[in-house]
Amino acid sequence: MIKHQVFISPNEVKVDGKALTHNEKGSALLTELYRNHIGDYPKFFKMDTLSKLGFIASELLLNIEGDRSFEPREDRAVILFNRNASLQADTHYQSTIQDPGSFFPSPAAFVYTLPNIVTGEISIRNKYFGETSFIVIDDYDEQIIMKNLKNAFQDPMTTSIIGGWVDCSDEEHFEATLFLVYKF
Amino acid sequence: MIVCVAHNIISPLSSTSAENYAAVKAGMSALKKYDGLWGLPEPFVASLLDRNKFTNEKYTLDEQVVIISISKALEQTNINVQSSKVLFIISTTKGNVFLLDKRETGFPQERVRLGMMARQVTKHFGNPNEPIVVSNACISGVCAQIEAMRYLESGEYDYVIVCGVDIQSAFIVSGFQSFKALSPDECKPFDANRQGLNLGDAAATIIYTKKDKVNDNEWVACRGAIRNDANHISGPSRTGEGSFRALRIALGDLEPEKIAFINAHGTATLYNDEMESIAIERAGLAGVPVNSLKGYYGHTMGAAGVLETIISMQAVDDHNILGSRGFETLGVTHPIDVSNQNRTTEKRAFIKLLSGFGGCNAALLMAKGGLL
Repeated sequence: MIKHQVFISPNEVKVDGKALTHNEKGSALLTELYRNHIGDYPKFFKMDTLSKLGFIASELLLNIEGDRSFEPREDRAVILFNRNASLQADTHYQSTIQDPGSFFPSPAAFVYTLPNIVTGEISIRNKYFGETSFIVIDDYDEQIIMKNLKNAFQDPMTTSIIGGWVDCSDEEHFEATLFLVYKF
Repeated sequence: MIVCVAHNIISPLSSTSAENYAAVKAGMSALKKYDGLWGLPEPFVASLLDRNKFTNEKYTLDEQVVIISISKALEQTNINVQSSKVLFIISTTKGNVFLLDKRETGFPQERVRLGMMARQVTKHFGNPNEPIVVSNACISGVCAQIEAMRYLESGEYDYVIVCGVDIQSAFIVSGFQSFKALSPDECKPFDANRQGLNLGDAAATIIYTKKDKVNDNEWVACRGAIRNDANHISGPSRTGEGSFRALRIALGDLEPEKIAFINAHGTATLYNDEMESIAIERAGLAGVPVNSLKGYYGHTMGAAGVLETIISMQAVDDHNILGSRGFETLGVTHPIDVSNQNRTTEKRAFIKLLSGFGGCNAALLMAKGGLL
């Protein structure tokens, strides 16, 4: 059962179907959303675009849910899907090793070359010890996503999931459709 | 019950599961030192496939080894792979990432997308379903098996084909080098002098189905769990939080005495091996033998969870607890039971354990003949 949902694109933000007002677009939109709706988590600025997007979407979702006690819990999973995996971070990391004359790989760039890092960022923020997973499918398909989330309730402890689509191909092109889902 | 019906491993050691197991049992390894490979400024030790042996120009090396591995597993069955009741799940961390290198021009750029890579595979086999790609860092191979179990439990598919793969490249090796995570020599899991991990190429396939009854010789995937440390994106929890929690669920009400061994991640990095020893002790499993296969294959990333499950099933079939190649003296603070020698066992179950970046951990309980 879907309890809440959040949609973010470079030009539009909706929480439970209602438009959220904003002035910026693209990457600047994510920063604006951070400043207006979160503001107390400077780690945000270290994240790659995928993690920023997933983090902001999850925060908007959890703010609507209310009761943000940040108590450790194991009954909530974070299961995300997308098309481009960590392409934006991959492209950035590749640029640091492409030219033998300026070969300068860094751990800070490399760590984000895994799409599931965003699920870790959300877990760290909220102290979620539950399941985290990242799945790639080549096209957005709500049926596949919902079926997969439904299956995830086979875990003996999971009773709710932050789940859905979090995709970005570069810093200015992204889309998130994130759901807070309860056991159906 | 979710039952394994066929499997295969393509690795630098061999291209069948049985030969891979025999090679590991005999203590063989494909780890080698490479100096100047792919233009990398620093040498590294890795277990690499001979690129010259894979000559199909239509497919990348990743795609080729996946197709070969799945074909060899399917040969052992009479599954109609073109049926909509068969689902493909691919487990990989980096897939065709080498295509981002501007010098690579042999394939369309879109093949860097993991879903597009997976579609090459389902298209090759004529399977109509959208393939699922699990990309959950180093735990992907166990996550993909847990996904398979769930899809089969839900009754939607008759067979799920799980294939794990990763092929090493300048991208991956330089990244691990930047983390100072690579060992200058062959890795030494759980050893006092361990200095880091080695990377490896592999593809490995397991085909699962659901059955009401199993015979004594069939392998059952009993239960698995994925848990997060909620601690750090690139370092494991100091209390083994996620690993311990995943282990606890995989173990369930089974007595630890029934478990032949825990096949750990055992990457031979300082922090991973220490963390696993903490998690194993916290889960009340300190008395169960622990082994790592990284000294034979290196860390095969997306393939690891599948490959290491297959080797472990065959070890139990052979009444053998495989020794951990590279291990000499215990170098973790919690007293776990590791050996570099093969040991005998009559037990019929094992736990596969993995951890990865993003704070994720996974554990899977496998039992021959199912849990009685």
